[in-house]
Amino acid sequence: MTAQLTKAELADILFERIGFSKREAKELVDAFFVEIEAALERGETVKLSGFGNFELRDKPQRPGRNPKTGEEVPIPPRRVVTFHASQKLKHAVEQLTHGEEVR
Amino acid sequence: MTRSELIERLAARFSQLPPKDVEIAVKMILQAMSETLVANGRIEIRGFGSFTLTYRPPRMGRNPKTGLPVPVPGKYVPHFKAGKELRERVDRHKEPEPAAVC
Repeated sequence: MTAQLTKAELADILFERIGFSKREAKELVDAFFVEIEAALERGETVKLSGFGNFELRDKPQRPGRNPKTGEEVPIPPRRVVTFHASQKLKHAVEQLTHGEEVR
Repeated sequence: MTRSELIERLAARFSQLPPKDVEIAVKMILQAMSETLVANGRIEIRGFGSFTLTYRPPRMGRNPKTGLPVPVPGKYVPHFKAGKELRERVDRHKEPEPAAVC
């Protein structure tokens, strides 16, 4: 397992282990994230059992400041994505000891 | 959208692939993502976001029943940071910005 996982590595896994063509593997990995993005854009929660949930939160407007000028600027209301790992994933990573190197 | 609905949507897009293979592919993607995090690796999906582990140092907590202090050991928790594109797409309050010229 590499230290950083990207779409290219995910596509390699599908190519090597399921026997998808390189092109199918790449397209499926792309579509996997496109579908999740589209659901979130529609305002839907995305629940991937065993991994975690992507939820949307509406944040109200709050006062902010321009750090350069110190001038008060309101931060407009916005909708943000939050991720909540499943119990299974949380549990698995809790077992790691601090400072442990990548296995 | 649930995991099974995601599989259905992908199976509809990839009608040339056996639905069972699409299901296995989704399982493998999620498994590889979990394994990366469990190995304290990082997941970087351009435009979508990144997943990392963040360390929560040990602290003194309290037993809510007895009120007695109990040590809470340090632990890692998964963290997701949405990418710029995803942030902009979900924010219904904001008009999409014109594509940046690099």
